[in-house]
Amino acid sequence: MKQELNVGFIGNPNCGKTTLFNAYTGAKLKVANWPGVTVEKKEGAMKYHDHHFKLVDLPGIYSLTSYTMEEKLSREYIMSDQVDVIVDIADASSLERNLYLALQLIELGKPVNLALNMMDIVEERGMEIDLHRLPEMLGIPVIPVSARKKTGLDILMHTVAHHQKKIRQYSFEHHHATLIRCNDKRNKHEEYAMVYSDEIEDKIDQLEVLVRKHDPSLKNSRWYAIKLLEQDSEVQKTLGLDVSSIVDRSYEQEIIKQKYDFIDEVIEECVVNKAKKEASTDKIDAVLTNRYAGIPIFLGIMAMVFFLTFTVGDFLKGYFEVFLEYFSSGAADLLTNIGAGEMVTSLIVDGIIAGVGGILTFLPNIFILFLALAILEDSGYMSRVAYIMDGLMGKLGLSGRAFIPMLLGFGCSVPAVMASRALEDMKDRRKTVLVTPFMSCSARLPIYVLFSDVFFPEHAMIVAYSMYVIGLVIAILIALVMKCFERKKAVRTLLIELPEYKTPNAHTIFIYVWEKVKDYLTKAGTTIFVASIIVWFVLNFGPSGMVGENVSDSFGASIGKFLIPILAPAGIGLWQIGVCLISGLAAKEVVVSSFCVLFGISNINSDAGMTTLKATLQGYGFGSINAYALMIFCLLYTPCIATLATVKRELHSTKWMVASVVLQLSVAWGVATLFYQLASMFM
Amino acid sequence: MTLREGKIGESYLVESLSLEKETEFRLQALGMTIGTKIVILNNKRSGAVIFKVRGTRLAIGKEFAEAIRIQREA
Repeated sequence: MKQELNVGFIGNPNCGKTTLFNAYTGAKLKVANWPGVTVEKKEGAMKYHDHHFKLVDLPGIYSLTSYTMEEKLSREYIMSDQVDVIVDIADASSLERNLYLALQLIELGKPVNLALNMMDIVEERGMEIDLHRLPEMLGIPVIPVSARKKTGLDILMHTVAHHQKKIRQYSFEHHHATLIRCNDKRNKHEEYAMVYSDEIEDKIDQLEVLVRKHDPSLKNSRWYAIKLLEQDSEVQKTLGLDVSSIVDRSYEQEIIKQKYDFIDEVIEECVVNKAKKEASTDKIDAVLTNRYAGIPIFLGIMAMVFFLTFTVGDFLKGYFEVFLEYFSSGAADLLTNIGAGEMVTSLIVDGIIAGVGGILTFLPNIFILFLALAILEDSGYMSRVAYIMDGLMGKLGLSGRAFIPMLLGFGCSVPAVMASRALEDMKDRRKTVLVTPFMSCSARLPIYVLFSDVFFPEHAMIVAYSMYVIGLVIAILIALVMKCFERKKAVRTLLIELPEYKTPNAHTIFIYVWEKVKDYLTKAGTTIFVASIIVWFVLNFGPSGMVGENVSDSFGASIGKFLIPILAPAGIGLWQIGVCLISGLAAKEVVVSSFCVLFGISNINSDAGMTTLKATLQGYGFGSINAYALMIFCLLYTPCIATLATVKRELHSTKWMVASVVLQLSVAWGVATLFYQLASMFM
Repeated sequence: MTLREGKIGESYLVESLSLEKETEFRLQALGMTIGTKIVILNNKRSGAVIFKVRGTRLAIGKEFAEAIRIQREA
C-alpha cells in the first residue's frame, strides 16, 4: 500500500502561497492580495513519481502565536498528526520578515522545507541570495521557486519526498563567536538553528526537564519550553504546569528580538547585493495614498468600475438577449411539436426559461464587476483602501480594515461577511457583519438594471449608481448609531501590510472571476431554477387546483395579498411584489425572475419585454416613484439565505443573525416608506 | 517623538512601544523590534501612517502611531 504524505503549505500573507498551491493541485482557489483572505484551509491531492501527496493550504500568517484565530488554527493543525512535512513559502524579495515565521516553524520540530518564492523579482531587483549558505545557517533545505512562472515545482516536491523524516537536514556552519558557551555540556549551536542568549537558554533547559517529566510523550520539549517562556496561553492551558518559579514574566520580547538578531545575521551573510533599486511601489503610493488625492482617486476608480459594469455589461447583454429570445420561442415550438401538454409547456417556457434565462442575461454585468474587483485585489490596491478610508472609518468607530469587507460586499455579501474574519476584535466584526449586507451586492444589480431601464430610461445609470450610494450612506448611518450605543470606547486601530503593487496575474484573475461566474451559473441552475418552479407553481395553482388565467385565485396571490397592508405605505403594495420579495430571499436575482414569471414576460430584458412590463405595472398605478421605492426596498431588505447562514456561522450566534434580519427589514421598510411618502408629497 | 510626528521620507529608529503587551508582540513579530530602522513613507491628518520596516510596508492607525516612540538615527 502506498503511503500518503501530508504536506502543510504555510507562509506570510502575500507570499504567493496560494498561487503555488494552485500550480500543484490545479484547485480553483481564490488568490487575494490582501492579508487574511485565505481564512479556511484548502486541500488538494497530487502525485509525484510514486509518492502521493495531500497538500493543505493554510491561512497566510506572520507568526505562530495564539493571538489571532488564523495563527492559532494553523499552529494547532501543523502540530497535529495531520501534517507530516511543512513547506514554508517565503517571499524571497522580502526575506527578512518571512524568515521570522520560518524560524518559528523550525522550532516546532517537524521537517520543514523552505520554498523561496518570487525569485524572478529578486533577480529583477539586482539582488542575489546565497542558496548554499542559507541551508547551512537554517539547517533545512531551501528551494528557489517561482509560482507564477511555474519553475522549481518538481524540485520542491522532490525535496519534500526525500526530507520527510529528518528534522534537521544539514550540519550547521555558524560563526556566532560571541554566543558559543564553552562551559556548556553540549553545544546547542550544533543542534538548533536558533539559539538564544544564555539567560533564556538556561531557562529553556530547566523548563525542558519539567516538560519531559510532566509528559514524556511530547516530542518537542524545547518548543514547549520556549512557549512557556512566552507565557503562551494555549500551551499553559494544555500543559497545566506551574512554572512560575522559572518564568517570572513574559520573555516574549527578548525571544522575538533575538530571532530578528539572528535573521539580521542570516541576511547579512546570505543576501548579496541588497536591492539597488527600490520597487516602483513607493512612487505609485505617493500618488494613490496621497492625503489629498487618495479619496478622490478611490471614488474615481469605483465610479469607473460601475461605469464599465453598465456600459460594457449592457453591450454584451444584447447578444445574450437575442439568443434567449430565439431559444425561448424555439423551445415553445419544439414542445408544441412533440405534443407536450399545455401545463408542461407553461412550466418550461413561462417558469424555467423565463426565470433562469432572465437571470442569465445579467451575467455580463456580473462578469465585469467581478473582473474589476479581482484586478483591484490582485494588484494590491485593496489594502491601500484600508489606509485611505481609515480616517473616515475611525469616525464610525471602525478600523480602516473593516472597509475591505464592505467593499467586497459590492461583489457578494457571502465572501464579504467571511472577509470580516480578518478583524480581530469581535465587536468590530459584529458591526462590520451587520452593515456589510447594506452594500449593494451584484445579485441586486439585475433589479436596478431592470427597473432603472424601464422607468428611468434617460438616467438609468445614475439611478442605479444612486442605489450604491444609498446603501453606503445607510451602512455609515447604522455604524454611527451603533457607535453611539457602545458603552466602552474601545481602541480599534488599523494594522495592515501594504504589499508591492504588481501587474495582475491573468491566471489568478481568471480563477477568481471564473469562480464567481460559476457560482452565479450554479445559482441560476439550482436555487433560481427551483425558485422559478415554485413561483410558477404557487401562481398557477390555487386551493381549487390549476387556476389558468385567473392568477388572482392562486396561492401566490393569497400570500401576496396578505402583505399588501404592510407594503402599501412604501408604495409597493401589489400582491405580485409581495411574492417577488419573499422569493427574493432565496437569492436576490429571483426578484427579477419572479417578475418575469408573474407577469408572464419571457424576455424581460429586451425592449419588448420592458415595454410590456411598464405598461402592465402602470396599469396598477405603479409609476417611477413606486419603482424607486421598490429598488430601495430591494437594496436594503434581508439578503439571501446564503448570507444569513454565513452571518450565523461567522458570529457563532443565531441571536445576531435574527438581529440582522430584523434590522434589515425595518431599515428597508422605513427608508422605502420615508422616500415614498416624501416623494409623493412633492411630485 | 511619536511615529505620528515623523516626517515623510525620513528614517528613524524604534525607541519604545507602549501598547497592550499582545499588540506589542504582534508588531515586534512583524519586525518592529526596539532599535529597528524604519522609514516613514506617508501619513495623513487622521493620524494613520505608512512606513517601511525590514522591507515590509505597513499601514497603522492613529492609536498605534501615537503609542510608538521613535528617534532620529544617530
